[in-house]
Amino acid sequence: MKRIFPILLIFAALAGFGSAAEAAKLRVVSSLQDFSSIAQAIGGDRVETFALAKGYQDPHFVDAKPSFVLQLSRADLLIVAGLELEIGYLPPLIDQSRNNKIHPGNPGYLDASVGTDILQRPTTQVTRAMGDVHPYGNPHYWTDPENGRVVARAIAARLSQLDPADSAVFQKNLAAFEARLTQKEAEWRTKMAPYAGTRIVTFHDSWPNFAKAFKLNIVGHVEPKPGIPPSPSHTLEIINLIQAQKVPAILVEPYFDRKTPDYIAAKTGAAVVIFYPSVGGTPAVGDYFTLFDTNINAFIAAAKGKK
Amino acid sequence: MAVWNPAYRSIALALIFFPGLAALPASSLAAQEPAPQAAAPTNDPVADLRAQLDALKAEYERRIADLEKRLTEMQGQQGQAAPPPAEAAPPETPPQPTAPEPAAPAEPAAGASGGGASQTSNYFNPAISVIGNFLAVGGQNRVENLPSASLRESEVGIQAIVDPYARADFFLSFGEEGVDVEEGFVTFTALPQNLLARVGRMRASFGKVNTLHLHVLPWPDEPLPVVNLLGGEEGWIGTGVSVARLLPVGDTFTEGTLQVFSGQEGGPFAGERRGDLAYNGHYRVFKDLTDSTNLDLGLSYGVGPNSSKPNARTRLEGLDLAYRWKPLQTGSYRSAIFRGEIYRSLRDQPGGVQTALGWYASGEYQLAKRWFVGARLEASDHADDESARDTGAAGTLTFWPSEFSQLRAEFRRRHYGLTDYTANELLLQLQFAIGAHGAHPF
Repeated sequence: MKRIFPILLIFAALAGFGSAAEAAKLRVVSSLQDFSSIAQAIGGDRVETFALAKGYQDPHFVDAKPSFVLQLSRADLLIVAGLELEIGYLPPLIDQSRNNKIHPGNPGYLDASVGTDILQRPTTQVTRAMGDVHPYGNPHYWTDPENGRVVARAIAARLSQLDPADSAVFQKNLAAFEARLTQKEAEWRTKMAPYAGTRIVTFHDSWPNFAKAFKLNIVGHVEPKPGIPPSPSHTLEIINLIQAQKVPAILVEPYFDRKTPDYIAAKTGAAVVIFYPSVGGTPAVGDYFTLFDTNINAFIAAAKGKK
Repeated sequence: MAVWNPAYRSIALALIFFPGLAALPASSLAAQEPAPQAAAPTNDPVADLRAQLDALKAEYERRIADLEKRLTEMQGQQGQAAPPPAEAAPPETPPQPTAPEPAAPAEPAAGASGGGASQTSNYFNPAISVIGNFLAVGGQNRVENLPSASLRESEVGIQAIVDPYARADFFLSFGEEGVDVEEGFVTFTALPQNLLARVGRMRASFGKVNTLHLHVLPWPDEPLPVVNLLGGEEGWIGTGVSVARLLPVGDTFTEGTLQVFSGQEGGPFAGERRGDLAYNGHYRVFKDLTDSTNLDLGLSYGVGPNSSKPNARTRLEGLDLAYRWKPLQTGSYRSAIFRGEIYRSLRDQPGGVQTALGWYASGEYQLAKRWFVGARLEASDHADDESARDTGAAGTLTFWPSEFSQLRAEFRRRHYGLTDYTANELLLQLQFAIGAHGAHPF
């Protein structure tokens, strides 16, 4: 046991040599796989991406694992969703990263929410009596593809700032991304057009941006309040609501317990649709475009069955 | 059985103070603005108060007028603008009635109203949180005689960024006997060479549980090895300098921490001279075994003076180990953690060195989104009496109504070796947090 001090000192002296190598690619760490996917599309082979939260994981509850400290210590750019989505784990990780580049306020820190269309910004006083509310607005904004476009532009601008030599590459990739997005948006809108105004119930309040983009009408949530698990009385209310309003589908993220939604579905005949909030939610959702493909196809399949 | 070598001490000191020196010119602690308050003090406190009240009244009348003006402007704009999205505003709050909420007068008017100095100083106010820790105890215990009910601790956290180079964290603990700075330190986050330095009063990085605040422990009480070997319920809190360096081995996180504290107080140490220092070294390895499991291992070594006789030292050795299982997809419903620590204390004292051993092993299993069960086994000799061994076993049940409150029951059986006495107790704990959302403990 007493030997540990000299060992530590030797380590401290030696470790300085290990860190400098590899400078070619920009290392981009994102809190969500969605941003990693967009950054990869923009950065191409000039970047290396890593996402802290996996797409099938609740992005509100990510463990501040020391292995993330290591990822952040080597990052050139950190992309966060902002709006306090990461407040439970990211601030201490940034502090421990020993990487001043990615501290808020520096070019290596990109809050992807800036410039996007944020819904549900509270207009009255918020308290925690309302559950786990986000005082800066609903943080699930990337579920609107137009917000994805804003994020892509911000990422391209930031990558160009960090690596001006490859700026032309990033702009070209951005143009390609935007062209594809425009084309896909038209396709998605056409597919969703027959369901405009459809009333839906969602488990958590994650989908206002998606609903706005594709003209769905969210009438209720399985959670009585954000972050509070379903209660019997609220479940009953939702059952009555679904029956009264002829709601065809209940959207549930892959990380929530299906027990209550399944029960509601059995009582009402509405379909439980697993809706992926992020890239990586299932292996089939490999990038930002397949995220919408998958969700929209699943929704249509469920809604068709109920028509 | 070589004692602490003075050569190590000078190297450790050099290592610790170098980064501190590098950062010093950068920190601008003197940037505080003078208080804007400039009311001429008179000798009559009533007149003073009245003057202040009048000033406040005038200020609020001006603000209300300002608000009314802006409201009418906004209503004018809203008439022209597109109607807001259907779900954005609940129907019971149409364009706000004219009378402003009297409940929130301290709230500065948003936007660029003429708040002046008070508004900017509020903007940079630190994040404040308060955690209440209420404990009720049933059963009998003649050795650790906790009161039947107590607000054991009210912890006020005050945290903010100091400048581009540092952040500051204060944790003030209001106990039933008074106020105590549990921790108060500045962290230099912009140091080169993967270094992170802290200066101030902090929980020593000895083992795992000693680094955690009482309210994030999986039990309402500290385990026996902390109580018996690290200086009591509080554990080892030191005042001094801490430097931690990231030492990655491939893709594995490892970190070495060196700490130098005043040896005159803090945890198990009590020196007589200013030159009596306490040292702590900690080496941590963290490895993700899979996406859902990980292993956390730490080695600790601390040494410092005890005043039982001239030049008497206490040496502490520690090994901590944690294994976590938390499937990423269903992790908010099911998870488990197994944790254990072993400490050994070698205390020089009249009559010879006391070699005391202490350990605990614990497990916690998450049953449902808000329910946890746990168990803990523990045993520890006393630092100053290796023949007196206390042992204990405990079971816990925890319920989290939300992220911000927690109810916990612990049934605890402890046997105290010194008096050969066994106590069975039920501890009921209620914790509640208000204010800034802190990070979840890991």
